[in-house]
Amino acid sequence: MILGGPEAPGVFDADQGSTPALRAHRVVPQPRVERTDSAMPATPAPKYMTEGEAGLCAAFGLGALLCLVASAKAADPAFGLHAGLFALAAIAAIVAILRRYAARDPEPIPQEIGGKPNYNLGPIKFAAIAAMGWGIAGFLVGCIIAFQLWAPSLNLGLEYTTFGRLRPLHTSAVIFAFGGNVLIATSLYVVQRTCRARLAGDLAPWFVVLGYNLFIVIAGTGYLMGVTQSKEYAEPEWYADLWLTVVWVVYLLVFLATIAKRREPHIFVANWFYLAFIVTIAMLHVVNNLSIPVTVFGSKSYPIFSGVQDALVQWWYGHNAVGFFLTAGFLAIMYYFIPKRAERPIYSYRLSIIHFWALIFMYIWAGPHHLHYTALPDWAQTLGMTFSIMLWMPSWGGMINGLMTLSGAWDKLRTDPILRLMVVSLAFYGMATFEGPMMSIKAVNALSHYTDWTIGHVHSGALGWVAYVSFGALYCLVPWLWNRREVYSLRLVEWHFWVSTLGIVLYITSMWVAGIMQGLMWRAYNSFGFLEYSFVETVEAMQPYYLVRALGGVLFLIGALIMAYNLAMTILGREAGERSPATGAALVPAE
Amino acid sequence: MPVTYDLASRFAQTSGLLYFVALFAGTTLYALWPRNQGRFDAAARLPLDEE
Repeated sequence: MILGGPEAPGVFDADQGSTPALRAHRVVPQPRVERTDSAMPATPAPKYMTEGEAGLCAAFGLGALLCLVASAKAADPAFGLHAGLFALAAIAAIVAILRRYAARDPEPIPQEIGGKPNYNLGPIKFAAIAAMGWGIAGFLVGCIIAFQLWAPSLNLGLEYTTFGRLRPLHTSAVIFAFGGNVLIATSLYVVQRTCRARLAGDLAPWFVVLGYNLFIVIAGTGYLMGVTQSKEYAEPEWYADLWLTVVWVVYLLVFLATIAKRREPHIFVANWFYLAFIVTIAMLHVVNNLSIPVTVFGSKSYPIFSGVQDALVQWWYGHNAVGFFLTAGFLAIMYYFIPKRAERPIYSYRLSIIHFWALIFMYIWAGPHHLHYTALPDWAQTLGMTFSIMLWMPSWGGMINGLMTLSGAWDKLRTDPILRLMVVSLAFYGMATFEGPMMSIKAVNALSHYTDWTIGHVHSGALGWVAYVSFGALYCLVPWLWNRREVYSLRLVEWHFWVSTLGIVLYITSMWVAGIMQGLMWRAYNSFGFLEYSFVETVEAMQPYYLVRALGGVLFLIGALIMAYNLAMTILGREAGERSPATGAALVPAE
Repeated sequence: MPVTYDLASRFAQTSGLLYFVALFAGTTLYALWPRNQGRFDAAARLPLDEE
């Protein structure tokens, strides 16, 4: 049982800050054991459930009951299954809380040990491992649907494996499951370290991490069964949305309460970015998912907005999911992990402040560029375009700030593949944030919209920027969390880097060619003023590029598998005992 | 005075302009204010100075 707390064997036990020897004493209430070196016996303290433990057990008990009723009265099988899944999760949570209670000390977990903050790492470890697992699942589904575009019969003729169901599975798995777990793991780590305070809440951080992953399971299984509200990147239906809202509010409270009890007076810039990410996603999620279910015992619901209003709200949400989920949160990673890994201070902290405020106040207006040449009023389209172009400046300001943090440490790029991953991610960030504003210009969008150029653009941001900076962060974070000196093998990181970089290049270039060709073919007229190509001819012309794209995706997946092996060996505490990957001799920086 | 489209858009455009200029000026002043220099230099090293 993952939630098991102190008595659970293996990897999730370090949040209690104790040794196995001490833990053995705690199965039954024992004379209190001091956590300091001089273990002095004292009078046994009476043990009570905290309000949180008792309250959560009661809430989960009530929830399980309601879910069982809902499951029995379900109007459609998918809803019945999901209600049952919620009930099971609630019961499992009660069991886990009780087991944790039975094993824990009577006193609350100390906030500090020996004058140093007693950092809470257990939930972070779970999120880090979940990120690895979801990442591989998401990349794999991406490869499958990429091959389906090349050979449609690969959907096997089953409704569950059609492109329409697997595509949201892929996007949600990579953005929300992989990216989301990376963001939760890094944010909960960074906020503790930079506030010099233990994470607020006892069970709350576990609730956030496990609750979020339950949401992912509900959403993903829903897509396979055809449960969707058909809003891109907001496909989950109303009950999953409600659950995520609860989880997200607790996430915000944990984050804010940790900042509130900080010992470091200054709130570090990464925490500002994380906070913007959490607050804005809460707002976007709630507004875009305002809907009315057909019945409270069924999965189907209808949004309260309709027509162009619905479209505008959807893309206000959609683009800010890019801006705040896929950008602000990962910029927070940049501002903490790159200085840490390069062992250099942030190049310009002043720039980081301007970067932050400019970015968050401009991003929120850029959404209408998804609706060029639609029923959206012309002025709103122009507004979206203008803000998208202005966004280029804060984007590049941030990129330059990250890159220049390497001043005085550029030589490490040669010797440290983890730092290289993060720096290349900034190069891709710069490229994607130039390409994006360009594509938002109406004249360019007339060519690019609805073509695979957009898919290529999204993946240069998603694979090159978001995934690479996440990989870099995970390669840093896993050894820190499990108290290892370094990852198992830097040589494998080199392999990961080069294999997946080749994959990204194949992916982006094939989609550029395919997309621009597609756009040109759609708008080609013959001398009589008729369209030159039928639609199916444009589809046929794309086939070779789809194959190249799928192969690029496979390379990226292989890279991620190498990473998972490397991180698993790191967690297990193995050492490869290798020297420098390039020459076999130990390289030192600036050699 | 009836609220026309022209009036509403003028109001929105003007107040939007003032709002963003004031916001940007405020942020820039805060970031570049000489007295904040020391605090920001220390903050830039924050990830490195952990216990």
